[in-house]
Amino acid sequence: MIESIVAYGLAMGAIYALIGITYNVMFSASRVFSFTAGVLGMLGGVFGALFIRNLGMPVLLGLVLTLACGAAIGIVTEIVTVRPVLKSIEQHLYVLSTLAFALLIQQFTAIEWSTEPQPFPRLLDIGPGWFDQQFWLPVLACAATIVGLELLYRRTLVGRAFLAIAEDSYAARALGLPEQRLRMASYGLAGAIGVLAGFAGGEVLLAFFANAPMLNFYGFVPVALGGMGSNRGAVIGGFALGLFQQAANFLVGGIFASVAVFAVFIVVLLARPEGLAGAAGARRV
Amino acid sequence: MTDAPATPPIAAARAAPPRAAAKLEGLWPYLGIGLAFAALPLSGDTYWGIIATRACVYWVLVSGLNLVVGFAGQIAIGWVALLTIGAYVTSVLTAGTAVPEISPYLALALSAVAGAVSGVIVGLPALRLRTFYFAMTTLGFATIVTQIALAWRTVTGGGVGVAGPVFPGWFSTPWGFYYLCLGLAALCTWMTANIAASRFGRALVAVRDAEVAAEAAGISKRALLVTVFLFSGAVAGIAGGLFASLQSYITPDAFTFDLSVLFFISILIGGRGSILGPLLGTILLTVLPEIAAPLVAWSTFLYAALLLLIVLLMPGGIAELIDYKNRRPLSRHRELAPRPELLGRILKDHARPGTLSLNGIVVTFGGVRAVDGLDLEIRPGEVHGLIGPNGSGKTTTLNVVSGYNAPDLGTVRLGEAVLPPGMTHLRAARRIARTFQTPRLIGAASVLENVMIGGTIDGRGSFAESVLALPRHWRTEAVLREAAMRALSAVGLEQLAAVRADRLQHSELRFLEIARALMLRPAFLLLDEPAAGLSAEEIRRLATLIVAITRQGTGVLLVEHHADLIFDICDRITVLNLGTILAAGTPAEIRSHRDVVNAYLGA
Repeated sequence: MIESIVAYGLAMGAIYALIGITYNVMFSASRVFSFTAGVLGMLGGVFGALFIRNLGMPVLLGLVLTLACGAAIGIVTEIVTVRPVLKSIEQHLYVLSTLAFALLIQQFTAIEWSTEPQPFPRLLDIGPGWFDQQFWLPVLACAATIVGLELLYRRTLVGRAFLAIAEDSYAARALGLPEQRLRMASYGLAGAIGVLAGFAGGEVLLAFFANAPMLNFYGFVPVALGGMGSNRGAVIGGFALGLFQQAANFLVGGIFASVAVFAVFIVVLLARPEGLAGAAGARRV
Repeated sequence: MTDAPATPPIAAARAAPPRAAAKLEGLWPYLGIGLAFAALPLSGDTYWGIIATRACVYWVLVSGLNLVVGFAGQIAIGWVALLTIGAYVTSVLTAGTAVPEISPYLALALSAVAGAVSGVIVGLPALRLRTFYFAMTTLGFATIVTQIALAWRTVTGGGVGVAGPVFPGWFSTPWGFYYLCLGLAALCTWMTANIAASRFGRALVAVRDAEVAAEAAGISKRALLVTVFLFSGAVAGIAGGLFASLQSYITPDAFTFDLSVLFFISILIGGRGSILGPLLGTILLTVLPEIAAPLVAWSTFLYAALLLLIVLLMPGGIAELIDYKNRRPLSRHRELAPRPELLGRILKDHARPGTLSLNGIVVTFGGVRAVDGLDLEIRPGEVHGLIGPNGSGKTTTLNVVSGYNAPDLGTVRLGEAVLPPGMTHLRAARRIARTFQTPRLIGAASVLENVMIGGTIDGRGSFAESVLALPRHWRTEAVLREAAMRALSAVGLEQLAAVRADRLQHSELRFLEIARALMLRPAFLLLDEPAAGLSAEEIRRLATLIVAITRQGTGVLLVEHHADLIFDICDRITVLNLGTILAAGTPAEIRSHRDVVNAYLGA
């Protein structure tokens, strides 16, 4: 039993962590949290099943196409729901515009794809058992994303420009950085990471439209607790959440796991609204 | 020329139409909708009867949620949770399977209690968390409630469900039940309209659009929001009971997230800060999928598309669309003509707590000592000028007095009493009023309503009295309105009383803030760069006004860059540099102070 808790918990944890990173990449570029993070995760499963299982494409081609679709949706999110309301960010219209867009995609998927969970194709022929590919593929995807992001941010000029925007977008613009294009690129990147989460975790999550709100919430928990914008917080928090949830699932049943996660989420946030690792807010007057 | 002369625009904007006429004008859309709904049974169409019943039930919930989302601006998405709780409480108590059976009316009342308690539980995080976080917690709560309903089989029946309540007698017939729901919907409309038109409604909008200014006016966000969550939860619980009866049998599947979306989007489509808009929105969204059957599956998709369009193209919603009054042009040649002679009546018998004194104030931001050991004394009836270069600690000093910055060291005393550090919303009760460097006003509210915000703490009568429009509610409203009109006349803005505040010019906003501050009958008035952006003539009028205010015994702390204004009207001046006092004294002393001339004024 302990193996399945660990294997399943790490897999779910990696998916949550990736969705958390998706939130963070969008947040760093725009100071905006988007409800589309969970939708992207859901779409990863749907696109994978559509391309590989239904259309019979090779796995690699299916992955590349899925990532491309995710990036495209990310960019559209930026253009349609974020850019128009960024000017008056204090009105928080982005909460509504991204929610609306997320609902549009979710409902469209439910109607045009299926309202029932659909199977996701087996990507590699390893398993069964606790080392089954469905458990370690998400972990691998998560590790690859972290390494990739780290290389991007530390080693490339574009990556440093991303960091500059995240640090201080005014100063970055004053230096002549094309803020708008970088923001679009960030949303594209976030889109690819989001669908990767759903693609790698496809066998665990299945291709199911209702994964969107679930991933939205459980992907946000590590971000909120770990401090927004912090990928380290999202990864640690994501894995802790995944393991805790699976342990509680096996030991006391799913309903208590959900209630416990929700209670911890609320209590921690009420005690420290900026998250466990975040910094306090700015001056108001 | 026999044409009737066109109404000059200024006359239209001049004063609100007479009260009775205005009330009637605001009432007819409600009467129209009410009559149409009341006459529906005459058609004998039971299918539309069920749709209309559903619209009434939804509106009972949405009317309360409207106060949370539309007025207080809290993004509460998962409100279906409260409908679920209300539905299960009523059904379980009347079904007699898990507990002894009780009367459906009593069960409905208990579901209101359960809804109110749950409303506070869902709402509490809003006091600490920002928008997106709060939205997420409401979503999480909704998921949890559905899961519990599924898992707690012995009581809720799990996936099998439980029968909804049946109200006895005539109310058990479809049309009888329809009239029960319609009556409750009308009651909710009346109650929430009363709140909207009370100081509580204005305070909610102030918390939404100008939270900092709301605190300065003494509005406690905590108390206000908890009250509203109680009310909103209670009506949602009742809506749940009615919903269960309408469904006649409930399972957790009946409470989908789509319902939450419908409730939430009805309000935003209707327009924030309106009752009529969300009412129309609720009717529209309930009826829309019925007009064309193929649309049913796509209804949530349509709602989402509508929401996106509204947010991007028309953030004001239906309410702004039908607000034709605020589209009449204002006169371009308006002049601010303050009437300082009215101040005597406004500031009559204000509190006289003695001197406002700061001792050894130190404020640090990170490693920077923004204020470094400051002593300052502001006396009643005097203008005390605070000048200095940018970053010298002027606004920080003002913030220490009004509580927005808590000093690391030192005390602020009013007379003998020590003011608690921080605690912005307790300053108003001490009769300390302030204005802001960037005017903090509610753009969507009228000029008059903005001023009335300033008098919130002097309102009498509880929230419940306002809900039911009892006599003290009316008296408070009349007193506040009269005082606000007088304050507006004193600063010269009474002609614009009925205009939306976001249509005013910058200089008018500055005077509007002063009018709002005067509503407190302040013992001390803190002005943060009131002359910034004003013309020379307007500055002269401002000076007259400030001097007239001090004549009534109010002490004024004036943070300003306009040296002329400072030297003209101040009784005492303190010059700050890097958080410490460079010089202090009368205008004549400061003018000849060598360090000041060198560092600040220039030769």
